[in-house]
Amino acid sequence: MSDTVKITIDEKIIEAKKGEKLLWVALQNDIYIPHLCAIKEENRPNASCRLCFVEIEGVSNPVTSCTRNVEEGMVVKTRSPVVDRLVKTAFELLISDHNLKCSDCPANRKCALQKIAKERGLKLRQKRFKTIARDYEIDDSPEEFAFDRSRCVLCGQCIWADREEAKVGAIGFTNRGIKRVVTTFEEAPLAESICTQCLMCVEACPVGALYYKK
Amino acid sequence: MKKEELHELYKKLKDDAEHKVRLGEEKPRVLVGTATCGVAAGALKIRDDFQREIESKGLDVDVVEVGCMGHCYAEPLAVIAKPGYPPVCYGYLDDGLVHRLVEDFLGGDDPSYEYALAALERNDVFPTFEDFPRGIYEQKLILENCGFIDARNIESYIARDGYSALVKALSEKPGWVLDEVKNANLRGRGGAGFPAGIKWEACIKAGGSEKYVICNADEGDPGAFMDRSVLESDPHLVIEGMILCAYAIGAEKGYLYIRAEYPRAVSHVEAAIGQAREKGLLGSSILGSDFSFDLEVFQGSGAFVCGEATALINSMEGKMGMPESRPPRLASQGYRGKPTVLNNVKTFAYVPMIISRGADWFKGIGTEESPGTAVFSLVGKVNNTGLVEVPMGTTLRQLIYDVGDGLPNNREFKAVQIGGPSGGCLPEESLDVPIDFDSLHDAGAIMGSGGLVVMDQDDCMVSVSRYFLEFTQHESCGKCTFCRIGTKHLLDILTDITRGEGDSDTLQHLEELAEDVRDGSLCNLGKTAPNPVLTTLRYFRDEYKAHIEEGRCPALVCRDLILYYIEPPKCSKLCNVCVGSCPTEAIFTREDGLKEIDQEKCVKCDNCLKACPPEYNAIVKLSPPVLPPEKEKKTK
Repeated sequence: MSDTVKITIDEKIIEAKKGEKLLWVALQNDIYIPHLCAIKEENRPNASCRLCFVEIEGVSNPVTSCTRNVEEGMVVKTRSPVVDRLVKTAFELLISDHNLKCSDCPANRKCALQKIAKERGLKLRQKRFKTIARDYEIDDSPEEFAFDRSRCVLCGQCIWADREEAKVGAIGFTNRGIKRVVTTFEEAPLAESICTQCLMCVEACPVGALYYKK
Repeated sequence: MKKEELHELYKKLKDDAEHKVRLGEEKPRVLVGTATCGVAAGALKIRDDFQREIESKGLDVDVVEVGCMGHCYAEPLAVIAKPGYPPVCYGYLDDGLVHRLVEDFLGGDDPSYEYALAALERNDVFPTFEDFPRGIYEQKLILENCGFIDARNIESYIARDGYSALVKALSEKPGWVLDEVKNANLRGRGGAGFPAGIKWEACIKAGGSEKYVICNADEGDPGAFMDRSVLESDPHLVIEGMILCAYAIGAEKGYLYIRAEYPRAVSHVEAAIGQAREKGLLGSSILGSDFSFDLEVFQGSGAFVCGEATALINSMEGKMGMPESRPPRLASQGYRGKPTVLNNVKTFAYVPMIISRGADWFKGIGTEESPGTAVFSLVGKVNNTGLVEVPMGTTLRQLIYDVGDGLPNNREFKAVQIGGPSGGCLPEESLDVPIDFDSLHDAGAIMGSGGLVVMDQDDCMVSVSRYFLEFTQHESCGKCTFCRIGTKHLLDILTDITRGEGDSDTLQHLEELAEDVRDGSLCNLGKTAPNPVLTTLRYFRDEYKAHIEEGRCPALVCRDLILYYIEPPKCSKLCNVCVGSCPTEAIFTREDGLKEIDQEKCVKCDNCLKACPPEYNAIVKLSPPVLPPEKEKKTK
């Protein structure tokens, strides 16, 4: 048995390694699928941002491409009315809980949310949902970087970098529901935590939540 | 091990148990229902009252604690079993009644039938529970022993043929047990109705030598208490079911995941596990066979989401109780990454009887696609609240009007909420829907874990759906976007509607968001959270519209849309009960002696309405909150 499979994404025939996740196969082949939380190396996908929906022929509902293994003969559509509707809602939900002062944001023009909006023709200003009021304080205790939770999309990229790449384990998720945040042990300022200020989390942040001060 | 040896061993256990139970039954006994429902109604005091009275009379009577009989409306309850009389159940007990029963019945020979609820055995003197209207519809399988046996004494379970299914199974191959459960088409009672046999088979096919059996007793729906009652009242039934599952799939270790808020269930199950071990029914080489299996209780910390399979496993492994994407399913990668069977309390409870009486017997009960019974905790605006067990296929109408004896005070039925926060509200038109997994799903609700709340004209459907969303939003783990932020917005929109806020687009936004949260969420908490919204929008849309378009709450519930008003023609100068009842001194006496409410001060606490004597009945709630015009003039 060969260890590759042939699949079709948006009418493009693609050869992929067996066991690979659909999202990464698409991205490697220059087919864009919105995503925030996906980490290629992660064994069990987080599947929490709910942006990478696609439609697979023969499957009744849209599925997240980050959790789906490629299978021989799979026919995938990255765009369809149902997919677009779910992605739009997920995006607008995230935006309704996101600090939209883009001009003040160091990630302006390289932000993953802006990229998704551009690729999918979505607006950064949405009217459907009320903006969720937050009064987060910026943690600027580290020397070179700061953390502004009002911009955080809870994708978990920083936590992966901190734990799996830097092997530090200074940050993690805490609280439940709408109060979920990324924080340190006992919510200490980063500089007072075991954070080594290696900056790997800053590099990993797809938005402007963790950013260089200069 | 030979079949004969096994049966010999069990016969010894059973003879011993029967002997002890019979010895106990030679004396008069008082069985007090002390499941949590009974305790909440004061059963422990009743137990002490009985003991004290019996002692003071110098009688030789045993007071035994039993579980829940399902007649929660009449708690505290006790059964008096006195040789020579049919065992009789008495409800609504208090110290006076206890005194009388001890003196007249235990001390004398008058069973005081005027206070009796029902007899437990057919007799010529007094009707039994089966003679109740609900008795015609009820069929007790997993509740059969509940309330009638001493849950903390394994002998009372064995004396009723307990663990005989295990003996039968051990003399067959594990594959036989699986086949029986598969043939019985036992569907999971946790809510979704997935066939248990197929789950077990997948776990066997996953291979490997290390497997786990876990019982999901993280019951957390508001108003649901079936699993708790079964664990408190008949723990060995669930334990035996788990042992049978372990035998079928080849597991050596199992856990009961019970929420810590169920201390009685935890203590009864722990006691039961200890006793089963002592009798050689749990642990290594069960009944001398080469099959070993042991059980442990794992106490959950009360997060609703931990009832979700992957979150439950994470919680057991010491991680945050949050769901994961599936597949892999638990059957191939569950607890500690090993193949795991996770079933609900009730699912396991059916297994011993399926093994004892056969798959065909089980399939003869209920409907073809949903065999067996359904257990509901029947609550809300219904006369006979309690735990009921009816065959699948019984209609909602039968359940509410015949089993539950209808609504109190001839109130008008409005809706029935089934399946808790994951379920839906069904209207009058749906009352003839048969209760089974598929019919309820088609109607927009789910079987869920069995909570059933009856609602009448005084219940506002917008408030009800807001209530459930408040629950799920609070219980959301926050991992995925749709559930974390989506349920928050759903709740906010619903809150706005209860205040009469919103425009022509509001309902469409609400419905679309609800559909998207259902379709886009990671786990079943999020996927089912919008059900209360979607079903109320489907069946009670006009009520939503009345809130938004007219600022009117038809059920007169939403505080921002009502006001309290004293109707002058009905009010009496001679009465000022309402004045005293008002905590904010909003009610004053007018010059003409009648009473009036200062709307600025009124906090809509409802006290005055309750206080106004029935002969006047002068206080009404008005919605929209506008004072009648001619009256308004008068007050100025």
